[in-house]
Amino acid sequence: MSVESSETAVALEKAAAKTAAPDHSGMSSALRRNLSSPWASAFVIILTVLWTIPTLGLLVTSLRPAEEANNSGWWTAFADPVFTLDNYQEVISGGDTIPGGILPYFINSFVISIPAAMIPLTLALMAAYALAWVPFRWSNAIFLLIFALQVVPLQMALLPLLQLFNLGWFGLPPLRDLVQAVPVLGDWIWPTGGTSFMPLWIAHTMFALPLAIFLLHNFVSQLPRDLFEAARVDGASHFLIFRKLVLPLSVPAIASFAIFQFLWVWNDLLVGLTFAGGTVDVAPITVYLSNIKGTYGASLHLITAGAFIAIVVPLIVFFSLQRFFVRGLLAGSVKG
Amino acid sequence: MSVPVRRRSVAIAGVAAAALLLAACGGSDSGSSASPSASNTDPACADYASYGSYPGTKVTVFTSILPPEQQKFEASWAQFEKCTGIDVVYEGSDQFEAQLPTRIQGGNAPDIAFIPQPGLLQKLVQQGGPVPAPQSVADNVDTFWTSAWKDYGTVDGTFYAAPLSANMKSFVWYSPAVFTDKGYTVPTTWDELFALSDQMVKDGIKPWCGGIESGGATGWLATDWIEQLVLRQQGGEVYDQWISHEVLFDSPQIKEAFTTLEGWMRNADYANAGFGDTKTIATTAFQDGGKPIIVGNKCGMYQQASFYANFWVNFKKDATIAEDGDVFAFYLPPINPDVSTPIVGGGEFVTAFADRPEVQAFQTYISSDTFATLKVKEGTWVSANNGVPLDAYSDPISALSAQYLTDDTATFRFDASDLMPAAVGAGSFWKAMTAFFAENKSVDETVKSIDAAWPAS
Repeated sequence: MSVESSETAVALEKAAAKTAAPDHSGMSSALRRNLSSPWASAFVIILTVLWTIPTLGLLVTSLRPAEEANNSGWWTAFADPVFTLDNYQEVISGGDTIPGGILPYFINSFVISIPAAMIPLTLALMAAYALAWVPFRWSNAIFLLIFALQVVPLQMALLPLLQLFNLGWFGLPPLRDLVQAVPVLGDWIWPTGGTSFMPLWIAHTMFALPLAIFLLHNFVSQLPRDLFEAARVDGASHFLIFRKLVLPLSVPAIASFAIFQFLWVWNDLLVGLTFAGGTVDVAPITVYLSNIKGTYGASLHLITAGAFIAIVVPLIVFFSLQRFFVRGLLAGSVKG
Repeated sequence: MSVPVRRRSVAIAGVAAAALLLAACGGSDSGSSASPSASNTDPACADYASYGSYPGTKVTVFTSILPPEQQKFEASWAQFEKCTGIDVVYEGSDQFEAQLPTRIQGGNAPDIAFIPQPGLLQKLVQQGGPVPAPQSVADNVDTFWTSAWKDYGTVDGTFYAAPLSANMKSFVWYSPAVFTDKGYTVPTTWDELFALSDQMVKDGIKPWCGGIESGGATGWLATDWIEQLVLRQQGGEVYDQWISHEVLFDSPQIKEAFTTLEGWMRNADYANAGFGDTKTIATTAFQDGGKPIIVGNKCGMYQQASFYANFWVNFKKDATIAEDGDVFAFYLPPINPDVSTPIVGGGEFVTAFADRPEVQAFQTYISSDTFATLKVKEGTWVSANNGVPLDAYSDPISALSAQYLTDDTATFRFDASDLMPAAVGAGSFWKAMTAFFAENKSVDETVKSIDAAWPAS
């Protein structure tokens, strides 16, 4: 190992120590003191209880028999407790309303959410690195432009995007035809007149990128300059710097954005319905939830049971990654 | 060290590309299922031979009708699918009205849509998208429906859409048990209806209950009440002029309907049984509006469409709908003797956005009496197709609806709010009716606010 590379190692250690140990001086300790007063604790507890009551109501409703759930308020269940797991059974294994049950939709949601979180994450991290640490002309202007794209409401972009996929812009061939032009694979990925996850992944990626790049850029640009300089001196290429420095140091930001995006896509109904449609081979779990109430509405017992099955995944994702979440968001949002 | 660095970076790029490619491939549609062989030799397929054979083709249907009705539709065209080889893909969504225009303009139109509002059909035709119905469909509609129905599927002289289901909206729901118990008889004239209401008040029962809350569409049920009254008081001609805004809301004829409604559903002695004062009409879900009739017998009557038959099981699991059952409906009596059997109804229209032969074959099939009869046998569904024998209806309420809907002498009119411009029919009319109940707005204020929102052209 050369002398230069050991210098890099030292700088890396320093930087790691810096990011790992945030200072507790000043504002944060004052905040901590205030929040631990008994009044504040009581307030927080009351707030939490109030906040949780509707969810508790959903849980209770999901456990009540159909007739009771639709005819009386959930709180009456405590006076006259009749509970059943039938609703969950109907939702999972299928019933009169949706015979196939929730599972196909559940799997679809995974197939949609994981790529729809990973693709923008990969692209955005690379873009963030390039915009922050690769010196090129107009890099600031480009960053600003991407940042500005956040103001475009998603709903406004639905139609143009659909047209890009199916009709093509400015007389150019539609994106679907371009994908289909790929021999063998093309027609399998995105069949004509058929349903496909492809447009959904692209759409979610497009909608996610501005915020992702902004968030990750702010984080990546705050990494210590010494590190990058040391790595450059050692002769590391951009790809090596990206892999050896940016990737490991950005884990909090990556995790927080991954949670953010995963939850957003998991809970999305509009984009899913618009780009993939509501058929059982592609529709996400939200479509199931909006359909389980049936044409005649008022299937409270099934909606609530379905909703509880649907939120299991976000809860697992959130709790397993939450320690990154707070740190990562702060790291990306507060500059300087 | 530079060589390994480069190699690694290439490897990373390669991995990233592979990951993206994998992501792109994974989980996409596994291809259409093996096409059913069109077994035209099957004797059960003899009736379907005229539709042709299109093995391996697919027709997508987009509708606002959700399960469990979806399964009934699928069952009623299963044999057609088997015999023609067409795979009919059904997609229901409660976002239908918003999604359909988006998908059409985005180049992603379904092959077939069941459009519940002729007004929406008109708008779509103007924007482009729907293709005219083939002659075979027009022939079916000429044979099986009254001309009023065909007119509602026609835009600017071109026939686009065949009717599908039919809703009979001129019904009043009641509890036969309570009626027998108290010795009430089903009223057949408007005066009898209100004599009965007064009798109920005397007996300590509030006669009317109702709820018009329906999420973003809150108020639609109250627009139905106005429509019932306008058609009953003024007849079909004024009703049509009202839809085209030749007769304003702020005209004596239409105001008469509002005033009648004020003395009926906004009458504190009459409503809102089981819920509270008349303001609760605006906040009670239309699905729940009839609940007090069956739960606790707190309410005498609820003016609602035939499809409300599907809601009763929500309140009582084994509710029977029959003349001697838990609930039943009678025909909302006429007012003006010059208007013969006024009926306000609704329904869907089968609109095509593609003219591929398999799409037209499907269109032809679902406008036939064969389909309508099969669908009727699935239950709780009414068609105004007169090729359906009345004894095909298994439940009394559907049979009663069909009897009125196929009546040639009746004055049938489509739900007016579905025919008015969306700014009114799905906007100010709903909102004004909600305010009429929620805020006790005066008749004058209400009609003026609706007229003010009528689009200029």
